[in-house]
This record gives sequence, structure tokens and C-alpha cells, in this order.
Amino acid sequence: MEDNLLLDAIERYRNGEMGPEEKTFFEELRKNNPEVDQLVAEHNFFLGELDKVSDLKAYRQTLGEVESKLINEGVISQKGLNARGKVMFLWNKYRRTIAVAASIAGIVSLTTATVVSMYSEKKNVASITPLVDNKLQKMDQKINQIVSKMNVTSTVVVVPARPKFEADFRATGFLADGKGYLITNAHVVNNARNLIVENQKGEQFYAKAVYADKTTDLAILKIIDTSFHRLSGLPYTFSKSGTELGEHIFTLGYPREEVVYGEGYLSAKSGFSGDTTSYQVSISVNPGNSGGPVVNKNGEIIGIISSKETNADGVVFAIKSKNIYDALKEVMGSDTIKLPVVNTLKGLDRVQQIKKLEDFVYMVKGN
Amino acid sequence: MNIYEQEKELLDAVAANDGAVIESIYRENFPTIQAFVLKNNGFADDAKDIFQEAMIVLFEKAKLDSFVLTCLIKTYLYSVSRRLWLKKLQRENRHYPGVEMLLETVPVEDEVEAHEKHNEDLTIMERALSKIGEPCKSILEAFYIQKKSMPEIAEAFGYTNADNAKTQKYKCLGRLKKTFFLQYKNGE
Repeated sequence: MEDNLLLDAIERYRNGEMGPEEKTFFEELRKNNPEVDQLVAEHNFFLGELDKVSDLKAYRQTLGEVESKLINEGVISQKGLNARGKVMFLWNKYRRTIAVAASIAGIVSLTTATVVSMYSEKKNVASITPLVDNKLQKMDQKINQIVSKMNVTSTVVVVPARPKFEADFRATGFLADGKGYLITNAHVVNNARNLIVENQKGEQFYAKAVYADKTTDLAILKIIDTSFHRLSGLPYTFSKSGTELGEHIFTLGYPREEVVYGEGYLSAKSGFSGDTTSYQVSISVNPGNSGGPVVNKNGEIIGIISSKETNADGVVFAIKSKNIYDALKEVMGSDTIKLPVVNTLKGLDRVQQIKKLEDFVYMVKGN
Repeated sequence: MNIYEQEKELLDAVAANDGAVIESIYRENFPTIQAFVLKNNGFADDAKDIFQEAMIVLFEKAKLDSFVLTCLIKTYLYSVSRRLWLKKLQRENRHYPGVEMLLETVPVEDEVEAHEKHNEDLTIMERALSKIGEPCKSILEAFYIQKKSMPEIAEAFGYTNADNAKTQKYKCLGRLKKTFFLQYKNGE
């Protein structure tokens, strides 16, 4: 019973429930009585452990509540991510096999595709453009030679469902407004008879140029295909202000038939021969990257890739994004273009930024 | 106020179990950690568990007066989550693809070890609680964990008055302490 009284006292002392007199008495008792002191220390430790259990339980409960709230809001998506996680898992597991299978499939489809076109149109329609590098052309020629040999014996006839669009060139563009307005370079669309834009899912839409200015080298395209559905949630914004030297930037573009990522930094605040409407950037780009967005780490578009210096390595020029605002004013008459105002790329890591961005970067093809 | 002072305020709020602050930390950091786990052979549920565990490590740290934050909470959470996930993969003999998010990390090996040890200590208490049987377990939990008052407990457990309940509580407490210290000493 005495022990209980003591425990009670310890707990009241610990919770600060003792009056001053009792407190002094208790401290005195503790000082003069080693046995009591030890009991106090032991019980204090024990209560400390119990408190930890209790605090942690409360904290876990808060975590659980926050988690289920965010799941309800869709910030943490339960089902979709599970599926994706599984796919990622399988992908990682079978990556090597897939790679081998894919490369075999790649070779096969390349040849079959050419076989199909050879039969249907009786002429070489390999979409070789000035923007494709020469190695590809040579490879294409070789494939064609092989195919013509095969033609002698083969009897496959395949009729394509839709006449194939024969592109002479390929470049990049990106949406400025989900209604179907894209930004690209003027040199991309000048002299083009037909324009097609293709998203990374491979869906193609006819487009026309509604604005092209040779001096700034900016062009605005409008998707005129009825099969295009208005997109929402453009993740980037357009920077109006200047940027600083050394700022890290990245771009997405179509130097190949597949979207390619490149990164670098801002190297000068003016472009070729002191052109103040452009920046010089150091980034690895190739023909086809023209018209691609130059994005800073906060997901703001600061420029548009336009050209590179022929005799120097890594000297690339990008049109400053504020020119877009001027261009938009001129277009305003017939079309109203609303640039996105909400930036959802900020603070994400690069991989996620690219994931969000790539749906809005299009391949621009034409003849 | 510099950024570390701001982070320190957040940390204090975490220690005080402030739901709003915890939620904002969750919103800001969960996507990165989820991306890391998913890319490294994990499932969405793993990501949730790892993040909660990292939040608990942060909480334990925040509770310590001696803890000085030397990096951003973001960096700390990422480093701890990364370490926890690597350990888990290792324990389960699973492949680690080594996909990094290219984010800054700080060394947290010792802290994660300490956290695991700490987790064990807590389970000693929890094990001891489960061993003492009913109604002792419920009475003690009501008093020490749910922080209910003695008269409340007396009513809930059907004791005629608070003093009776108190006597019972002390009996139970004695048992719990005995079990706890026995296991604690054996554990060491």
C-alpha cells in the first residue's frame, strides 16, 4: 500500500500536479533515501516508455487519417498505382528478355513495313528527310535492297487503310493551349503544303499554321482535325522574365521517331551574333529538335529550340519565350489563345516532370 | 527566419502531432518517395509503408531535444525512406535495380539502426501489455495511453468507485512492470 502511495506521488510529481510544499517534501525524500530514489528513477523510465507507446499510437493514428484523406482526394491513388507498380516490377524483372525480343521485333517490323509500302505504292516511300541523319538513309537503302530481293519470291499483298502521309521533314512543337494550338519554329512550317502533328501515343492530327514570323522564327499551329479532343491540364507556364546564366534547362523533342530528352544550361543571354530575342544554350540537340520547349527546373518554358551553330559544338540557340506573348497578340484577332497559368511541374523531380510534360510535346511533320 | 528555423518549426509541429502540418509534409514528399519505391522493385503499398515508417523516424527525432536538423525535412525523409527500402529489399533477398532519383541524401544509417532498436523496445512494452491479460490491459491502456481519468475508468469498467478502480490499477501496474522489466533485462 505504501508502494502505491509512492507510485501515485511519482506520477503526480511527473505530471506537475503537486503543490509546492508537497513537491519540496518529495524532493527531500528522494534525496535522503536512495531506495526511494531508485524506485522513482525506475518508475520514471517505465512511464517514459509507456508515454512513447501512447504518443506513437496517437501519431500513427494521425498518419493513418492523413493517408486515407489523401487517398480519398486522389493524391495517393490506390488502384492504378498498384497496377503500375506491378508492371514496373515485371518490367524490371524481364527487362533483358524484353530488350532482346523488342530488338528482334524492331527489325521484323521495319522490314515488313517496307514490304507493305513497296507493294502498295510501287515506289520508295521511306520518309527520309533532310532532318534525318545520313546513317539512317544508308540503312534504309540497305533494307530496301534486301526487300527488293525478297519481292521476287514473296506474294504478300496488304492494302493500307489510310493513304500514308509522306513527310519531308520532322520537327517538334508543344501545346500552348489545350484547344489545339501549338508553338513551333517558323522555319519548320514555311513552304510546307501539309502539316501533321503526332503525339507520343502515335495519334496524328492535321494542323495548319495560323502565324509564322520569319524574324523571330516563331510559328503557331492550330490542329484542324475533328478527331482532336481538347486537352486540359497543361503542366507548364511560360516565363515572362529573364533567366540567369548557368540555369539548368532541359528539352523534349523528336530528333527520332520517339521522344528524346536532353538537358543542359543557359550559356548566354543573347543568340547568334548578339541577337537579343534568343538565348544561347548548351544542350545536345539534333535536327528534329527544332521547336522543342526549353524548360527550367521549375517547369517554366523559357524558350524554344530553334537552331544550332554549324561549325561549333553544343552552341544552340533558343527563342526567348517572351516573344510568344508578342506573337499571341498578333494572332488574337481570329483565334483566342489562353496560355496555361497553373504550373504543376514545380517541385517535382525530373522524371515526373518529363512524364507530365511529354503528353504535350508533339512531333510536327509535313511536306 | 532562415530556412532551418522554418523547418524546425515544422518539426516541432510534427512532435506535437499537428495533423495539418503532417498533412502538408505528406503532400509535399509522398510523391517522390513513391516514385523511388515504384522504380525500385516496389509496389504502391510498399511506398505507403515506407513513407509512414520514415515519418515515424522523423517523429522520434523531432521528440528528442538533442536533435539538430542539418538538412531539409525533404532531404531527411528521402534519405531515410531510401535506406529503409534498401534494407527491406536486402532482408527479403529481392533485387535492387538501383534507380536513383538524383536527389541529395544525408547519411542516416545509424539513425535507421537506432529506430529499429527503438521499435523493438516498444514491442517489449506492447508484448508486456498483451501478456498481463484482461481487464488489466484495458485498464492500464485507458489510464496511461488514452489518458482517461480514474472516475471515468471506474464507470467504464464497472467499479463502484474511483478508489476501487485505483487499487485495481496498481495491482495491474505492478504486474506490467514486472513483466516489462523481466523482458527488458533479458533482451539486453
